Amino acid sequence: MKIVVCVKYVPDATANRSFTADHTVDRVGVDGMLSELDEYAVEEALKIRDAAGDDTQVVVLTVGPEQARAAILKSLQMGADEGVHVSDDAIHGSDAIATSLVLAKAIEAQGADIVLCGMASTDGSMSVVPAMLAERLGLPQVTFGSEVTVDGSTVRVRRDGDAATETIEASLPVLVSVTDQANEPRYPSFKGIMAAKKKPVAELTLSDLGLDAGEVGMDAAWTKVLDTQERPPRTAGTVVSDEDGTGADQLVEFLAGQKFI
Amino acid sequence: MTEILVLVDHVDGTVRKTTAELLTIARRLGEPVAVFVGSGLADAREALKQYGAEKVYVLDSADLVDYLVAPKAEALAQLMEAKQPGAVLIASNAEGKEIAGRLAIKTSSGLITDAVDVQPGDDGPTTTQSVFAGGFTVNAAVTRGTPIITVKPNSATPEPVEGAASEEAFEVTVSDAAKTARIAESKPRQATGRPELTEAAIVVSGGRGTGGNFEPVEAFADSLGAAVGASRAAVDSGWYPHAYQVGQTGKTVSPQLYVATGISGAIQHRAGMQTSKTIVAVNKDEEAPIFELVDFGVVGDLHTVLPKATDAVNARKG
Ligand SMILES: Cc1cc2nc3c(=O)[nH]c(=O)nc-3n(C[C@H](O)[C@H](O)[C@H](O)COP(=O)(O)OP(=O)(O)OC[C@H]3O[C@@H](n4cnc5c(N)ncnc54)[C@H](O)[C@@H]3O)c2cc1C
Ligand SMILES: Nc1ncnc2c1ncn2[C@@H]1O[C@H](COP(=O)(O)O)[C@@H](O)[C@H]1O
Repeated sequence: MKIVVCVKYVPDATANRSFTADHTVDRVGVDGMLSELDEYAVEEALKIRDAAGDDTQVVVLTVGPEQARAAILKSLQMGADEGVHVSDDAIHGSDAIATSLVLAKAIEAQGADIVLCGMASTDGSMSVVPAMLAERLGLPQVTFGSEVTVDGSTVRVRRDGDAATETIEASLPVLVSVTDQANEPRYPSFKGIMAAKKKPVAELTLSDLGLDAGEVGMDAAWTKVLDTQERPPRTAGTVVSDEDGTGADQLVEFLAGQKFI
Repeated sequence: MTEILVLVDHVDGTVRKTTAELLTIARRLGEPVAVFVGSGLADAREALKQYGAEKVYVLDSADLVDYLVAPKAEALAQLMEAKQPGAVLIASNAEGKEIAGRLAIKTSSGLITDAVDVQPGDDGPTTTQSVFAGGFTVNAAVTRGTPIITVKPNSATPEPVEGAASEEAFEVTVSDAAKTARIAESKPRQATGRPELTEAAIVVSGGRGTGGNFEPVEAFADSLGAAVGASRAAVDSGWYPHAYQVGQTGKTVSPQLYVATGISGAIQHRAGMQTSKTIVAVNKDEEAPIFELVDFGVVGDLHTVLPKATDAVNARKG
């Protein structure tokens, strides 16, 4: 079996994230990392591989700038077997639609029984790439799994929806995305870190995937950012201490003043 | 006038508040038309009419509800092809965004997710989004195909306008390819009697500081008629169900009032509540980052402050 895990390189959420002059996310000026939510996808793939106990391969795939290799390296350190890094200057500024096109081509080239994704990227947070990939690849979409079981050629997930908890079932090949409830991602061990250095990482460009520069990037985007603005910081509020026991009364006074009561 | 399609968000015909908001937004852009998928129309009819739906397209087929997302996207693509709407508005929840994503690819249309405002513009609707945990706002527009926009709850005040709500059944064909992810089982969530978290005007949340006792949080919420939320620390500890988690990997809320109690204010929590109109916190640590966000804060123990405040609110209500 072959499992392809899509992982994204994102700016650190605790750093000062911002935009560059062309309104794209600044991925160079701030520290980047493997999106924390994609660690759950890597972990799930490793669990499926280990449970299968056969020659199942876990390949991690990322589309992103040169630095994005760090996301692959971290996944290999966790235990993935191989990496595929699609990098091309023309990809800069791609929206989810173009990103899903590049990912889909790369997955087709690999061939996968299971495609695993995270629930959202921590920078864009659109949560649409997995559904788009399923659409493009014609695979069953089994997304937002909070519990995943692979039973022969059947995949079953628990999906905690807004109104109900559902069990979704599909046959391989399949696209699965997992939430942060699905598992507890492992930390790379020293052995894992050493082993990762020797694992193969394929570097691909658009032309390797048979794609044209005109199909991706900012000019091919089907949406346009008109402008971006930093939100003014919230004006400092009133903070009172309850040391004298009046905190609750002052709070209720405030709420009443704002007509919440 | 061009039709603006609004996918009705409902549970067995009970229409969610976001649909009224979307119909209100649709009216700014053209003629509001509701798209009702599934059964239960009888219960939904009045709400759709009351918030201005001029037409209701009814798509009722078991194939549309027995499988995850894909059939709905297929049906909407067929409807778009037939009706050539000016835009499609969908509620920004997990399923809504997935339908929108697939629909965008099927119809070669630009997609904008998580809009907090949509206004008419010279070249079609322009949207406002709030990104990076609310640190930035982005204005954008769709440049190709039919704009498909998912809109967050509380992005507009629903305006009651009587619409004609004339009904038209629309036949869809669902391909076998769309019927591969089967919903084998569905357990509806238990009703709490409190307002729906993402729709509530007031949300009171508890975190690790509750120490596992949510009673004071719930009692205070009930005195205010609020929904109850929780931080991930509280959810991960098993103190409160995941469905009530506020934040990056939980729900995004944007109520009139958000009360954070025993919550430190980590960036991932902020991502789910930072756009709330008024923010209040109770935390015993005066250095807690949540105080950087508040309009009003109390440095104190939630186990003493909340019960007192609950009594005081109840007393005021008489
Ligand atoms: C990928 C990722 C996604 C995440 N998604 C989310 C998310 O969706 N939602 C979310 O909330 N978090 C999320 N987190 C976790 C987040 O980083 C924080 O760990 C979490 O929000 C902390 O919860 P807390 O504020 O309840 O706990 P803590 O940070 O431990 O804070 C507890 C607070 O309670 C106060 N306190 C203690 N006792 C009392 C008392 N008796 N009275 C009053 N105050 C008291 C303390 O002073 C402290 O400030 C995510 C993290 C990651 C890495
Ligand atoms: N550039 C990318 N490279 C690899 N995987 C990605 C990329 N962008 C998104 N993904 C995958 O799609 C998921 C959802 O991303 P998004 O739709 O951007 O929120 C992520 O968790 C990843 O698994």
